[in-house]
Amino acid sequence: MSKSSNPLSTKRRILRDAIGIGIGVATYGLSFGALGTATGLSLFETQLLSLIMFTGGSQFALVGTFAAGGGAISAISAASLLGVRNLAYAVRNNSLMKPTGIRRIFAAQLTIDESTAMALGHEQGADGVAGAKYAFWATGISVFVFWNIATLLGAVAVQMVGDPNTYGLDAAIGAGFIALLWPQIKTKFAILTSLAGAAVAIAAIPFVQPGIPILLAGFVATLFAWIKAVAND
Amino acid sequence: MTEFFWPVVIASLIAFAFKIAGFLVPRAILEHDLFKKIIPLLPVGMLSGLIAVQVLAVKQAIVFDGRVAGIVAGIVALIFRAPFIVVVIVAAAVTAIGRAKGYWI
Repeated sequence: MSKSSNPLSTKRRILRDAIGIGIGVATYGLSFGALGTATGLSLFETQLLSLIMFTGGSQFALVGTFAAGGGAISAISAASLLGVRNLAYAVRNNSLMKPTGIRRIFAAQLTIDESTAMALGHEQGADGVAGAKYAFWATGISVFVFWNIATLLGAVAVQMVGDPNTYGLDAAIGAGFIALLWPQIKTKFAILTSLAGAAVAIAAIPFVQPGIPILLAGFVATLFAWIKAVAND
Repeated sequence: MTEFFWPVVIASLIAFAFKIAGFLVPRAILEHDLFKKIIPLLPVGMLSGLIAVQVLAVKQAIVFDGRVAGIVAGIVALIFRAPFIVVVIVAAAVTAIGRAKGYWI
């Protein structure tokens, strides 16, 4: 992917992709803002979720549960189940970036699917860890800014936007994650881990609450890495 | 302030607690040999699971719809070494055009 070793062009390419991701998720931010106020949350409460919770799946789960008439406990549980995976991402981003002081708090808050995947996707590039760090911060900040502006716009102008899926954005997000994962799955072992994680997640979908299939995929990856480590000793 | 205020605050703090917990894992543990082998593979497995769920799940049902066509188109673009933005646009376009023409939902 990276034929040029010119660091400026690499950074520029990462920044372009980060902004593209920000604009893509913003369309869902509009929907989220609209759903929030339509459900009966105040503008402030809706915005608070995008600022503090800042993990899209959990935000939709919380508000969606309220919209469906669910209570506080089930709404908080649904949101939290979808948020647990950020813990695993955070451990990984911590070991990659080793931030200290206040940067630790910012890095934690910006740890989401998109920023983690961008960091992962650029670790194998010409810039290695430096490129991965830049990709993390650029994507995290881009998504945070676009997501929050979009939430506000959606919350103020409820019926303004149609369904993002009309524009194929649901497929775009999946394809984006595949593109970011692509450079990481070159060895047979990584391909096997990726396929096993996907297979276990798919098999689990009908039987467990949303959020858990992704955790099971992480469990499979952990198991694979552990078995490999033991086998190599 | 509505009836949703406290659930919003509590759920937001739980979400942040998960994130910060990962950044408070001591360096010594992160540098442990077994951990160093597991940590890089963890997001590979989880993002693979996330992709599978995003492409096939509607709540707790498995649904083959326009997303699958877009993903296949995106993978073809990747095989031809298309850059990130192109992969994403190809996937969105195939899914959106097929939906507009009624080939899939």
